Amino acid sequence: MSPTKRRAVVDQAVCVACGCCVKVCPLSAIRVERGLYAAVDPARCVGCGKCAKECPASVIRMEEVAR
Amino acid sequence: MNQKHWYDYLWIVSAAYLILGFFNILFAWLGLLCFFIPLILSVATGQKSYCNRYCGRGQLFSLLGGRFGLSRRQDIPGWMKSKAFRYGFLVFFFLMFFSMLWNTYLVFTGMKSLSQAVTLLWTFRLPWHWAYHGTLFSPGVAQFAFGFYSVMLTSTVLGLVTMVLFKPRSWCVYCPMGTMTQLICKAKNACTSK
Repeated sequence: MSPTKRRAVVDQAVCVACGCCVKVCPLSAIRVERGLYAAVDPARCVGCGKCAKECPASVIRMEEVAR
Repeated sequence: MNQKHWYDYLWIVSAAYLILGFFNILFAWLGLLCFFIPLILSVATGQKSYCNRYCGRGQLFSLLGGRFGLSRRQDIPGWMKSKAFRYGFLVFFFLMFFSMLWNTYLVFTGMKSLSQAVTLLWTFRLPWHWAYHGTLFSPGVAQFAFGFYSVMLTSTVLGLVTMVLFKPRSWCVYCPMGTMTQLICKAKNACTSK
């Protein structure tokens, strides 16, 4: 079994680009891209889930991905 | 954790704005800043920096709903984040805004007399005469203030209701200014990527 890690994934089609996730991210691993949607830096994200909890539209989910 | 900046305290400005409207309605004119700054920022920079950083109302909701716990922190229903609802609400908001401007115009021309009331949720007329102490210019200036304050108070009340029901900043999902600035960013991107 390959090792996995938790990571935030944004449903960019419904993201409102409000930036609430950016404010709560302890690692500055998420930012709002060109005023369109939030984008996660997969290298920095440790999968703490704070952004998913904060997101007013609930469009961020946590996923297990291969390392 | 991220460091605090001066703009993290803009919720004080938003709260002060709402309070000032109870004392002198002419302060409502200052609310135009919340309309023009986001638009100018998005047109000039192609970013939603107003929402992301400077929106005092969003900060107020996140303070009340988050820090003070006045929110159930439930997921917003799917239809409320749909494009149809967001764009529909933007159009509805615009229609109501233009009807308010028309009303102001009628008072400016003298075809209608000044109504010292704040209309909440586009329906309920609240007497607000205590906040009117005359105006140096046309009564139309005061009419706009009453109308604009109605818009601001209505959207704050809606935001507070969805803050309690859903996540603290649920208002951001259907905020007409947020939808509009995102559309501007989309348009700018479509132009530059061609």
